[in-house]
Amino acid sequence: MKLMRTLLAATALVAVMGGSAYAKQLVFCSEASPAHFDPGPTTGGNDFDASSRTIYDRLVEFEHGGTAVVPGLAESWEISADGLEYTFKLRPGVKFHTTSYFTPTRDLNADDVIFSFERQWKQDNPWYQYLEGLSWDYFQGMDMPKFLKSVEKIDDLTVKITLNEPNAPMLANLGMDFASIVSKEYADQLAASGNLADFANKPVGTGAFTFVDYQTDAVIRYAAFADYWRGKVALDDLIFAITTDPAVRAQKLKAGECDIMSYPAPADIEGLKADTNLTVLEQEGLNIGYMSYNTTVAPMDNVNVRKALSMAINKQALVDAVYQGAGQPAKNLIPPTMWSYDDKIVDTPFDPEGAKKLLEEAGVSGLTLDLWAMPVSRPYNPNAQRAAEMIQADWAAVGVTANIVTYEWTEYRERGKAKDRPGAFQIGWTGDNGDPDNFFATLFSCSAIGVSNYSSWCNEDFEKAIQDAKKVSDPAERTALYTKAQEIFKAEEPALTMAHSKVFMPMSKRVVGYTMDPLGIHRFDNVDVTE
Amino acid sequence: MAAETTTSSTSTGRFSGLREFWYYFSMNKGAVLGLVVFVLLILVAIFAPLLAPFPPDQQFREFIRMAPPWAGGTQPQFLLGTDEVGRDILSRLIYGSRYSLMIGFIVVTGALVVGVTLGLLAGYYRGWVDALIMRVMDIILAFPSLLLALVLVAILGPGLFNAMLAIALVLQPHFARLTRAAVLSEKSREYVTSAKVAGAGHLRLMFITILPNCLGPLIVQATLSFSNAILEAAALGFLGMGAQPPTPEWGTMLARAREFITSAWWIVTMPGLAILITVLAINLIGDGLRDALDPKLKRS
Amino acid sequence: MLRFILQKLALIVPTIIGITIASFAFIRLLPGDPILAMAGQHGVTPERYEILKEQFGFNLPIWQQYFNYVAGILQGNFGVSLATKRPVIDEFLTLFPATVELALFAMLIAVALGIPAGIFAAIKRGSWFDQITMGVALTGYSMPIFWWGLLLIIFFSGYLGWTPVSGRISLSFFFPRVTGFMLIDSLIAGKPDAFISALRHLILPAVVLGTIPLAVIARQTRSAMLEVLGEDYVRTARAKGLEPNRVVGVHAFRNALIPVVTTIGLQIGLLMAGAILTETIFSWPGIGKWMIDSISKRDYVSVQSGLLLIALIVMAVNLIVDILYAVINPRIRVQ
Repeated sequence: MKLMRTLLAATALVAVMGGSAYAKQLVFCSEASPAHFDPGPTTGGNDFDASSRTIYDRLVEFEHGGTAVVPGLAESWEISADGLEYTFKLRPGVKFHTTSYFTPTRDLNADDVIFSFERQWKQDNPWYQYLEGLSWDYFQGMDMPKFLKSVEKIDDLTVKITLNEPNAPMLANLGMDFASIVSKEYADQLAASGNLADFANKPVGTGAFTFVDYQTDAVIRYAAFADYWRGKVALDDLIFAITTDPAVRAQKLKAGECDIMSYPAPADIEGLKADTNLTVLEQEGLNIGYMSYNTTVAPMDNVNVRKALSMAINKQALVDAVYQGAGQPAKNLIPPTMWSYDDKIVDTPFDPEGAKKLLEEAGVSGLTLDLWAMPVSRPYNPNAQRAAEMIQADWAAVGVTANIVTYEWTEYRERGKAKDRPGAFQIGWTGDNGDPDNFFATLFSCSAIGVSNYSSWCNEDFEKAIQDAKKVSDPAERTALYTKAQEIFKAEEPALTMAHSKVFMPMSKRVVGYTMDPLGIHRFDNVDVTE
Repeated sequence: MAAETTTSSTSTGRFSGLREFWYYFSMNKGAVLGLVVFVLLILVAIFAPLLAPFPPDQQFREFIRMAPPWAGGTQPQFLLGTDEVGRDILSRLIYGSRYSLMIGFIVVTGALVVGVTLGLLAGYYRGWVDALIMRVMDIILAFPSLLLALVLVAILGPGLFNAMLAIALVLQPHFARLTRAAVLSEKSREYVTSAKVAGAGHLRLMFITILPNCLGPLIVQATLSFSNAILEAAALGFLGMGAQPPTPEWGTMLARAREFITSAWWIVTMPGLAILITVLAINLIGDGLRDALDPKLKRS
Repeated sequence: MLRFILQKLALIVPTIIGITIASFAFIRLLPGDPILAMAGQHGVTPERYEILKEQFGFNLPIWQQYFNYVAGILQGNFGVSLATKRPVIDEFLTLFPATVELALFAMLIAVALGIPAGIFAAIKRGSWFDQITMGVALTGYSMPIFWWGLLLIIFFSGYLGWTPVSGRISLSFFFPRVTGFMLIDSLIAGKPDAFISALRHLILPAVVLGTIPLAVIARQTRSAMLEVLGEDYVRTARAKGLEPNRVVGVHAFRNALIPVVTTIGLQIGLLMAGAILTETIFSWPGIGKWMIDSISKRDYVSVQSGLLLIALIVMAVNLIVDILYAVINPRIRVQ
């Protein structure tokens, strides 16, 4: 019986897919399989590309190619003067997807919005734990439970969110993937039939594409949603060909097996650029790769020793070899594309002689320290091992001996967090919502010591600047505060800011209208293909 | 091979002297070639500091990913080109031979000692000792060796030593089984019984009386394990679980070079070729050893 | 015969218990915390950590965790993947056909080329054909297959453009999954061009995976043939004036087949190990790649149950080979 049903469903889909001979199809070679298709509990960019950025929408959206917040499912909103109440006007007539497994009977309304937050927030909500071992990492990670006081329905198309304290980045948070709006009607229907897990595997949203099929670890298929509230998109079919190896992705793109790919290996970029059938877009990533000195452990509690260690490193050569042209040396913690970036900051110079002198003055000789290297490649640091080898060689030139240390990735972060962890620790960060607070406060606030402040650095003036910047909403005022924070950071050198990596997006020339997003997401709703 | 008819007159199949062994071994031209290559490799490993043009981890940052001079490179001093941080590949390969040979020797010694001991115990005592040991060996053999080694390395932490430990563990059941089978067939022979009657102790019986008579198959198995160990260590290195950089271990070099497969082929090709040549040489020796030591083939 | 099978089964039971203990123990020994591994770059709060620990039963005493694990397995419950939250057995069964299809095809290549090559090499012993074949076979046997796969991709997919780079079938084909085998499903759907596409995708990975078995089978066939050709009854047949082809084909080969069949059976475990590397290189969505991904994602439950399932399959295949061997060669049963 079950087989029969699957067969029927599949044949129906085949009929849909094969309906038009002129269907516009785009194949995206993606980097990893999604865990599943519920954007609430997942954390990876690959998860979001496959769910929130294709199938779902949010109250507010980030503009294409930027981090500015624009209306989404909410047509408009008002923020009260004290910054505590956000009132959203929902767009009327927004349809949910009709699929082989669900037919909606009503349009989007306030109940869907409230459900979308409460399922992640209220432990007594039946959906709070609908999959075994579920955890709402982003909802927790962005401190939503701390800030949210209530989410209320004013009428069918009006929702009011009340906060416990003002939080300037809140609006940007609502544009993030975890805040995707899901269908309460679909949830209720699944709850009635007892198939709760389908919510994650057979998704229903309001987004530009409807889910068609997923072959584990191989292919995801989507079809354009004809009743999309912005109007049907130009593409008809969207296919994710999951290809984990970057060299293979590049090969497939060259062979015409896919039209566009994510995260090429730096070494392949030149070859891809040289291919006349391809275009390679590039953009500065919203990220930072850095190396935290533990400021509480001697001799790195001495700012001059930290300076000396940074001065000994040939940052340009390091970035050239590790990022291979796909990165730029970083002088600030935040990337240049982010508002409040202070371009007046002068980076610590590469000066081995000066470094030797500083070390001498500090009375440090024959220094031996641990140099931590991540075991995995991250967007902000594609090869920490190679970086470590080069830093080791540079330090040796000024008489500092480095032992390269590495652990399994979770173990690495756990050990790195320890307040008294010795040595210099390579790590990095990718921006979540385009707000500077997401970098400064998350990574270097006093309260982040033992969590994500790997330098165990707590500086009074820095702390005051970044905490004040959270409470005011005037961008100019916030910029001034973050400028001050950047000056203090450079003067104190709690970490060596290594590089901001560049992100490349190679694609076939037949792909039209693709824009790169600084937040590292891949969206295809405004893409077209020429035949 | 043509000699088989003339040797059929040799009375027994049992190996009786070094000279005879060498006679059979040298009949196999491939085996001799393998031996020559292997000896050269050992020499290269021993004299690496004299042979290598540069230290293995010296970074020439102005010559990153330089092609070999015979393939369009402009720097004749880098005979096989340079790698992703400007190190001379030839020098790294030369030093790398030390690691591959060391892996082979240590893994085989470990697997041999443990496997043979377990096999002797199982075959000699039988009963529950035998059942216990052989069931444990069955369990180990039920897992595909590379998968088991991967999980073990994941447990122990990536690194060359742990990789060797894991590989030795997955290779030793072969020695245990082989030894046990040989012991079982030797145990009932007259010379063992007479040694027992003469009052030889258990240890003496196991190691001095019986073991030397099982040597033939064990030597062949050891040679095969030697090449297997190198391949598996390289595979682990390739999957990022073996030797850690900057160690110039061949498999690890290959893994790190994987991203350059289309843009700088020499970084990928050279370490792989080095592995293939080494393993091939050892397997050639193994074939020769089997021909020389296996009485069955000699008889035909 | 029945007694022989029962005996073998009796030996297997303690081994299976041992395997459940081993796969369970390995996972508890892995460093790194499964709960932290699941969290994103923000990590989890200590309170949340405790709740999750309890949910997964990681707070229970170790023997109780083991007991729950075995009890689950006996009911067909292999746990829920930490990464995808789907039952592990579902994941395994979706991916397993891909590995089987690849392995069978690799074996087909190995047998189809290896046996004739071995037979000819044996007949023409010492000829240039024999020497080249055996040289190639030994090279194949010595091949680091991960490197071999990369070379083939560079040459056939990159340089010549003859074969697709990775995947199981061209994405323009979409048909219902019935058996999970692309070659069969494409025919069921009545799409011969999809069948061709699946075949083209299969060929390179199958060649890579089949390389070592091919070498082993060719060498084994040759030496088995040589042994049989030297036996008295073959000499007699020859002396009686039977035509040489008949001697080789009927008399010698049938008897040489026994060790060759055993060899083929014993390659299954090796194929699984090879599949890990091959699937990784070719992005083949099978269980080898799934295991590697699960290990690196610290998806404990998947690794634990995956190890168990793979070991059980290898054991089952070995048992079948043993029984087949006993059927072909009755002498073995007496021992």
